[in-house]
Amino acid sequence: MSNENTIVMTYDVPADDFTRAGEASSNVKSKLKKMGVDPDIIRKVSIAMYEGEINMVIHACGGKIDVTVSPEEIEMVLKDQGPGIEDIELAMQAGYSTAPDNIRSLGFGAGMGLPNMKKYTDEMIIDSVIGVGTTVTMRVKMRE
Amino acid sequence: MGKFFTSVRLKEDLCMGCINCIKRCPTQAIRVRNGKAVITKEFCIDCGECIRICPHHAKEATYDSPDIMKKFEYTVALPAPSLYGQFNHLEDINIVLTALKKMGFDDVYEVSGAAELVSEVSRKYVAEHNEKWPIISTACPSVVRLIQVRFPNLIEHLLPICAPVDLAASKAKEKAMEKTGLPREKIGIIFISPCPAKMTAVKNPIGIDHSEIDGVLAIKEVYPILLPLMKQSIDDVEELSISGRIGIGWGSTGGEAGSLLSENYLAADGIENVIKVLEDLEDDKFDQLEFIELNACAGGCVGGVLTVENPYLAKVKLKRLRKYLPVACNHLSGASVENTFWNDEVNYEPVFKLGKNMKESIANMSRVEELCEKFPRLDCGSCGAPTCKALAEDIVRGVAHEQDCIHILRDYIHRLSDELSRFDIKK
Repeated sequence: MSNENTIVMTYDVPADDFTRAGEASSNVKSKLKKMGVDPDIIRKVSIAMYEGEINMVIHACGGKIDVTVSPEEIEMVLKDQGPGIEDIELAMQAGYSTAPDNIRSLGFGAGMGLPNMKKYTDEMIIDSVIGVGTTVTMRVKMRE
Repeated sequence: MGKFFTSVRLKEDLCMGCINCIKRCPTQAIRVRNGKAVITKEFCIDCGECIRICPHHAKEATYDSPDIMKKFEYTVALPAPSLYGQFNHLEDINIVLTALKKMGFDDVYEVSGAAELVSEVSRKYVAEHNEKWPIISTACPSVVRLIQVRFPNLIEHLLPICAPVDLAASKAKEKAMEKTGLPREKIGIIFISPCPAKMTAVKNPIGIDHSEIDGVLAIKEVYPILLPLMKQSIDDVEELSISGRIGIGWGSTGGEAGSLLSENYLAADGIENVIKVLEDLEDDKFDQLEFIELNACAGGCVGGVLTVENPYLAKVKLKRLRKYLPVACNHLSGASVENTFWNDEVNYEPVFKLGKNMKESIANMSRVEELCEKFPRLDCGSCGAPTCKALAEDIVRGVAHEQDCIHILRDYIHRLSDELSRFDIKK
């Protein structure tokens, strides 16, 4: 699918496997370094993607992530077939979380996932349908 | 001296071209080419793992011979604290220090003494710079090098304070010049080192513009010389030691962090563990910590590849030696701390980059992915690269070929022989 100037990297995020959560974002991070992307941008992408990846594991029985890198921007599309987000505005509030207690006891579920994803990206679009799934698209622009 | 230097050398006649070192290297810096292990020096962080793993003893660290002492009119030995952990039943550090003088050194200056000053300056720095928390220790040169080439976002967290050995070197040189009246170049400051990374740090320092160390001897070479001299020293031990518990503690993992007198630290050792911590740190997973101590060797400096004793035993021995020492023997007491700080900028060196610009890098990364699809993903190492992916990157960089993969080559030969046999039938 990649054309000459872009590369698409696809990852499957397994459900309920915390030992593997973060694998995709760390793989992307290492590839971006090899592509010579600005360290500051790598940091944004890897934090935002890590948060999204963890969300997919906690809330959505896993899913699929497509990362497209071009000289202009990095786009991450995180797609799951989970329960969907009931109230996106509420979910975006810092500190709000629906993570169950067993997840919180692992140190997750602080309610900072979505707010951090927004904070570290230039653009974030959430497309969610209850009972069908959620697609989060995030973009980080390359610096001139 | 180029920007990159490695202290690891290959004894070509002993290298069998096996895959042990390429598999173990944490930065994938080694390839087997034409049957011999070759190090890409830009990628090497001098951790010494390849020296440790090589079953044929074909890897060696470069260090100086004791003959280097003859080059100077006056010499000072700088023993690393890990040296004291090498000996059985040692009760008094002064025995080791007296033996060093009997070995021919005019004076000794303990690195652990300078370490106590570094601890004091670090305590203050960490307390005053919470915007940089967690601050990462810079005493292990392999770790600093690793961060410089692979963790650009963590450079700002580095503790910008000289390693104890460098502070010890400048203090020892000043002291010797004052005492003897000799010019700088006639005084030899010789470090007794547990690891080859220190040798690299002397030739190619990071954070400081130059090192005052004039020579590096390996603990494992000094050890057999010292043993008989220590026996001779027992009856006329000189009181030479200048260090307390804090200084000696630096010899093993947790010692530096412990000296900050804060509970809020993490200490990791062993290069793979260090990398794991740095990866997590880069993703902002440790926001509650003040300080992170990292040592490339398991156990800390006592685990250095130039030591002789088992690192964990050496750690026990250091603990025993520390027991009756005062907490610290060195204090700044108002002295200037200016020269304990780094005076040179540390910049990111993107040595692993695949292209000159974004466009080229993206194209090359796509090619790497395509090649990886073709390869069997056995990571067998037969091509001389540690993984199929590393081979793909080598091909893209123009230093390897697809048919270096024996599986691809085998398929190619099969195809060729099939075609030839068809040709035979037609005839």
